[in-house]
Amino acid sequence: MKILKIFIIMLFLLSFSNLKSNEKSDELKNKILKNVRCLICQGQSVFDSESEFASSIKLIVERKIDEGLQEETIYRFLREKYGDWIIYDPEFTKNTYILWLLPLLLFLIGGAIIYKNSKKNEK
Amino acid sequence: MKNKFSLLGIIIFLSFCFAVFFKGLNSSNIYSPKVSEKENIPLFEAKDFNSTAYLNSKKIFEEDIFYILNIWASWCAPCRAEHSLLMRLSENQSIKLVGLNYKDNLDNAKKFINELGNPYSQIIVDKDGTLSVEFGAYGVPETFLINKDKKIIRKFIGPINNEIVEEIKLIIK
Repeated sequence: MKILKIFIIMLFLLSFSNLKSNEKSDELKNKILKNVRCLICQGQSVFDSESEFASSIKLIVERKIDEGLQEETIYRFLREKYGDWIIYDPEFTKNTYILWLLPLLLFLIGGAIIYKNSKKNEK
Repeated sequence: MKNKFSLLGIIIFLSFCFAVFFKGLNSSNIYSPKVSEKENIPLFEAKDFNSTAYLNSKKIFEEDIFYILNIWASWCAPCRAEHSLLMRLSENQSIKLVGLNYKDNLDNAKKFINELGNPYSQIIVDKDGTLSVEFGAYGVPETFLINKDKKIIRKFIGPINNEIVEEIKLIIK
């Protein structure tokens, strides 16, 4: 009887650990799907959409995760098939470097001006 | 002297802003998918429509001619509309049509083909839509023109019309 109890408890615990590993891949899946644009919907991510297109993309992403592919590789695959537009987060390329660097540049220029002015005031 | 410099700085800054906005606002922000880029057809294995066999992509596109891959489904009304044009294209000897049955009920699809005719030399089944993602498709109907080097040279999103048929005929001549 005791052995049976232990067995049942073990089974219970094992099922929990299984749940946890599923949760982890689900987390990654949701993260990717929220960053993928549903191209035939208006302003929706694949995660939010129930369209035929979105459900196919969901399946593909799920399959790629099961195959053990990294997040970046999955994005690259989708980009190859549908272009940069499908990913919400723009990549650092020759078309987007101004987008990424301009705020930093303006921040540095602004900082330099403020520094120079404060130095002048000190004098 | 100093004033001159700051004036110059302001002018440069403003013209820079003008250039950025001019370029940014002038370019269309309507998304249009790339339709004429040469890319290789994906490697895949798909179920045959008329049997339970699985077909390799190399086997499907093995001949040294132009191919058309047409994504269709019996539940899609525009597919019904373009079907007569596909029938007309299939009469052309220098091209072969491959059908990709998208997320469809097999019985309904067979009824559709029996009713409207079969323009395809081969039909493959894409039950869950993942194969069409490999082709970079958006939905149904969609038509891909594949050249002799097995590269997709044109994509037609939506139903094809007379102009597209003429364009295809011109390319494969």
